[in-house]
This record gives sequence, C-alpha cells and structure tokens, in this order.
Amino acid sequence: MALGKCNYPMFALAGTLALVASAVLAQEGQRTFSSGYRFVEMSGEELYNNVCRGCHMMDGKGATGAGSYPSLAANPNLEAASYPVTMVVQGHRGMPPFGGMMNDDQVAAVVNYLRTHFGNNYSDAVTGQDVRDARH
Amino acid sequence: MRIPGWCGLNTSMHDEAAGVSRRDLLSLIGVMAGSAAMYHAMTSLGFASESRYRGPVRLEGDPKGASVLILGAGLAGMTAALELRKAGYQVKVLEFNNRAGGRNWTLRGGDRFTELGGVTQACDFEQGLYVNPGPWRIPYHHRALLDYCRRLDVTLEPFIQLNHNAYLHASRAFGGAPQRIRTVKADFQGQVSELLAKATRQGKLNEAVTREDQEILLQALRSWGALDRNYSYNANLHASEYRGYATAPGGGLAARPVPSDPVALSDILKSQLWRYLQNFANYNFQTTMFQPVGGMDMIGKAFAKEIGDIIRYNAKVTRIQQSDSAVTVTYVDATRPSITETATADWCICTIPLSILSQIPIDVGETMKAAIDAVPYAGSVKIGLQFKRRFWEEDDAIYGGISYTDLPIRQIGYPNTGYNRTGRGVLLGAYLFDGANAYEFTAMSPEERVARAVEFGTAIHPQYGAEFENGIAVAWHRVPFTLGCSGDWSDDARRQHYDNLCQIDGRIVLAGEHASELPAWQEGAILSSLDAIVRLHERVVKT
Repeated sequence: MALGKCNYPMFALAGTLALVASAVLAQEGQRTFSSGYRFVEMSGEELYNNVCRGCHMMDGKGATGAGSYPSLAANPNLEAASYPVTMVVQGHRGMPPFGGMMNDDQVAAVVNYLRTHFGNNYSDAVTGQDVRDARH
Repeated sequence: MRIPGWCGLNTSMHDEAAGVSRRDLLSLIGVMAGSAAMYHAMTSLGFASESRYRGPVRLEGDPKGASVLILGAGLAGMTAALELRKAGYQVKVLEFNNRAGGRNWTLRGGDRFTELGGVTQACDFEQGLYVNPGPWRIPYHHRALLDYCRRLDVTLEPFIQLNHNAYLHASRAFGGAPQRIRTVKADFQGQVSELLAKATRQGKLNEAVTREDQEILLQALRSWGALDRNYSYNANLHASEYRGYATAPGGGLAARPVPSDPVALSDILKSQLWRYLQNFANYNFQTTMFQPVGGMDMIGKAFAKEIGDIIRYNAKVTRIQQSDSAVTVTYVDATRPSITETATADWCICTIPLSILSQIPIDVGETMKAAIDAVPYAGSVKIGLQFKRRFWEEDDAIYGGISYTDLPIRQIGYPNTGYNRTGRGVLLGAYLFDGANAYEFTAMSPEERVARAVEFGTAIHPQYGAEFENGIAVAWHRVPFTLGCSGDWSDDARRQHYDNLCQIDGRIVLAGEHASELPAWQEGAILSSLDAIVRLHERVVKT
C-alpha cells in the first residue's frame, strides 16, 4: 500500500462507554495507526513510540523474561551508525527486519532518534541515502 | 511457494514402489488384503494424503535405560515426553513457566498475566468465560493434534470460521456500515457469474470453451450465481434465497417475502471487501474446524495430566552443553534466580522458541547455530472483551464466527460456545497478526490496547459503548516465555537453514512449530516433535 497518512479519528463515543476506556484514551490522545503492511509514522519519536517501544520499552532499557530485549540506553553499539541501521533494516535473530515496513527516511529518522535519546548522544545524523546504501 | 522441507516421516515407501506403477501395486494390494490395507497403502504412497500423520508413533526397540531431557513443556515438548516415557526412556522436562502448555493457553476470570515491561493484568471475566490468547482453532486435517485430543480425552466442539451473518467492514465504504458476509458473497458471486455468462453468450469465450461446454457453463453460472432466466443477477426472490430478503418469509397473512436489492459490483470492488473472502476458502480455514470445549488449554492440561509429574516448573535455561557422552543443561529457578542448577541426560530435545534459544549459549555446530539465529519472531495481539450481554446474538443474530474489518483491530471473533444464553459474553475484540498494526498495538500499555479495541469495535457494534465491562490484551512480543508469536521464516532463510535446524546435532535435536512447515500451528509443533523422536530413537536403538 502507498504510504498515505491514515489517522483514525477518535470516534465520538456514547456517553455510557465504560469510564476506564474513555479515561485511558483521553490520557493517550490521538494515536497514529497504519492502514497496511507498512508504517505511516514518519518522525523518529513516533516510530519509536509506536514500533520499537513494543520490545525495547518506554525507557529504552529493554526487558527480560526467558530471553531478553537488549537495552538501547547508553549503548556503545550505537556509536557506529551503520550498526543500528543494519539492525532495523535486516533484523537480528528474533528481532524482525523492518526494511520492508519502513522506507529509507523512516529508518534514518528512528535511528537518529535512538542515537540522540536514552542517554545516547551521537551528533552524526544518518540520512536516507545512508540507509539506501546499507540496503545493498 | 515454500519448498517442501519436511525432515522425512515415512518417505521410504515411495522408493520401494518405484519399480511397479502405483496403480498396479494398489490394485494388487486391494485384491490380496482388502480395502483397509489398500487405504493404508494409498496414504503411504501419497494418495488420499491430507496429513503427514501416520497414527500413534511406534518406537520399537529397547532404549536400554537411556535418559532424555526435554526443554519446554509446550505441545512439542509434552508430545515427546509422553511418547518417550512410554517407550522406556527416563524423561525429565524443564519448563520456564509455572504451568504446562506454553502457547496453548487460555485466560479466565481470576487469572493474572504479567507481560514484559512489568505490567500485570488481572482477568475479570465471569466464571466460564475465557479468551484463547494463542491458538484458537484446529483444522480438520490436523490429524496428529486431533488424535492426541482423542487419546487424551479432550472434548471438541465446532469452531465457526465462516458465519454468513457475521460482518465484513470497510471503514470508507457503504458509509462505514458493516455488510453481512452473506450479501457480499452472494452479490460478488452473482455479478461475476452474470458477467461471465454475458461474455459466453456474446461468443467471447469461443476460443477457450467449446460450444457444448458453453451450454453447460451457462447452466452452472445460473445455478452458482443465482441468476435469473436471462442470466441476470438482480432483485428477485431467487437471488434473495442466497443474499437474504428485504422482508423474510413469514406465516399466515402477509407472509409473502420481499426480495432485497443487490449491491452493485462496482461498490463491492471498490470497497475491497472481496479480499476477506479468501479467509473462507483457504485450506487451513475450511470446515470443519474445532476448538476444545472450555478453552484451548484443555489440551495442554490433558498432556500435563499424563506427564506433569516429570516437569520441573519455573526453570529458566541459561546454558546447553554437550559432550561425547551427555548433555548438561544449566538453569535457574525463575522465582529464585540466584540459585543455579544443572540437569544431565544422554539426549536433549529442545523446544525453546528460537527467539530465546538464539540468546542461550548452546554447544551445536555452526550450521545449526546459524539456523537458530535466522528466524525472526512475528508480532501478534489478541484482546478479549467482556460485555454485559451477548448483543451480537440478541441484536445481530451472529452466533459464532468472525467479522473482518480494515480497522486496526482487523477481526472480531464471536464465542463459538454457550449460544443463545442470556447474560455476559466475551468477544475476541482484536486479532492482529504481523503487519504494522500488530506492532502499534504491542507498543501500547495493556489498558490502552483494550480501550482502543473498544473504540474501534464500536464502529461495527455500536452496542459496545453501553455493554462493555472489562478486557485483557496479550501482545506476543511482550510474552515472557516466547518473545514473539511464532517463527516467521522467510523463504530464503527456510531454503538455507531449515534442514540444518532439524538435524540431530550430536545429542541435541530441536522441535517446535519453528521446526515445521506448519508455522504457528499446534500441528506443526506435534509433527516436528514426532519426527524428532523417531529419528532420535533410531539413533539410540542403533548405538
């Protein structure tokens, strides 16, 4: 599907909707949902919050059960920008590849977000062209 | 198309038959031994084959007291435990959870579930109501799973995959109003038939279809598409017998039915609703499908009743080592992680999901390790919602089945049990598998997932607003014992690594849905386990 932005507006809910549900939504506000296989979120922050956060968590520190999701916080592996670009595009072990679900600019945006948040402070931003090169 | 990468249950019969034609051999067998033997031979030769399952596994020969350590008490692990113990092995099972079953799992009122990230949800469903967060349906051709259900006394009931009165919903078509599956199916079929009949009668198929066959084709299209005498699909009582009536037939005075108006072909095409019809045609979803009475975990519980005494629960595996003579597995008690324990056996069957196994140090060769590392795990989300009453039955006459939508919830599954009762009911309020929405819902807090499912579902069932009570949401990437829903093999990875994954490496062999050509199906877990133990047993008996 084409990358059309597709915000599902909040439905005007009946006043009787259970309070829990409406209170949660009021707190969370507008959220972007994709309409097809590919993500429509474009900013690094929104991509992180709607995609990466599922496993790497809100604070970027990952989580541990029978196995672990690695922490991205203050992570020296992020120093070489090509490493997170490759991880996002190709995946790694159990981590799914997102190269088919994000375009070059989206991958660059989310990598730049990771590398400048969660205690990471790398100023050399990745471009869509860098991602394009990394795909080959 | 995936290459058939199956690791070889009973393929040798093909070779033996190579000298004679199959048909000759079969008639010979039929004459000599009667129809039961002929049927058995037919299935072995590849005819009448709907399943690789060949009946209860027979492990003949003496294992001479050999021991097997099984990692994981899901269906793959418990199948191996059950069969190997019966064959005379000393068997022990290590399981990460404090229950058996793995992804064979049901949530009921009173259950609690803590996902990765630390949030605990309490399931507040009324007693007797449940949701299956993992597998929820069993195709009739999953003969291995069905056989274990029979042998373990698990009662089944029909799972309704196609309910003609459930909905297909496109948020930007028909003013957002959901359409009954019955009308979309009848109208699409009717209008396609009308078009084809027109082309036939205009002679446009003369090169492709003989004159004689054209006559038969026209009869078939009239029958299949509910066309009228002039090969037209339109509002009449005959078409209404398929798509439903504007006013249904009644009794007594004013009983006469009134035909309904078909939806225009162009509207169906543009709405994209046709794309959901494949869900009723796909081999995996054809009738009859089943579910266990009382919840999918009745299967895991039935296995655990047989072999629960040899399961060590709360065991988190941290290392898998092997030597020429033994396998040693290191684990910690998940409730007391400071204490390290080990278990040793002659052989090991490891059913740990690859998402986790790829992180555990394991003594296997390079090719198997590369295979373990080659499989990403899919995202999937299921959300159970409890309502004060079964309005989908009372108001909408939807008894079981599934509605499909292009909204991010994708599906609404109606309970296939307890029909036509007053009182509360639980819906599957969302079922996302792969794709962007699965990630977007995983990234939310559990309570937001539930709230969003209610929000979106209201577009299909406006009753949600007044009737919703509580819900529980399971996002499989947040599930501590799998870190994902199932192995999401790419075709390339499967070509390169699948056979390597399924080899016996020294004293270790893997099993699970990830080691099957039926990914994400319970049948795949069982068939892979049976294949692994047959090969392992051959090796043990030979040595």
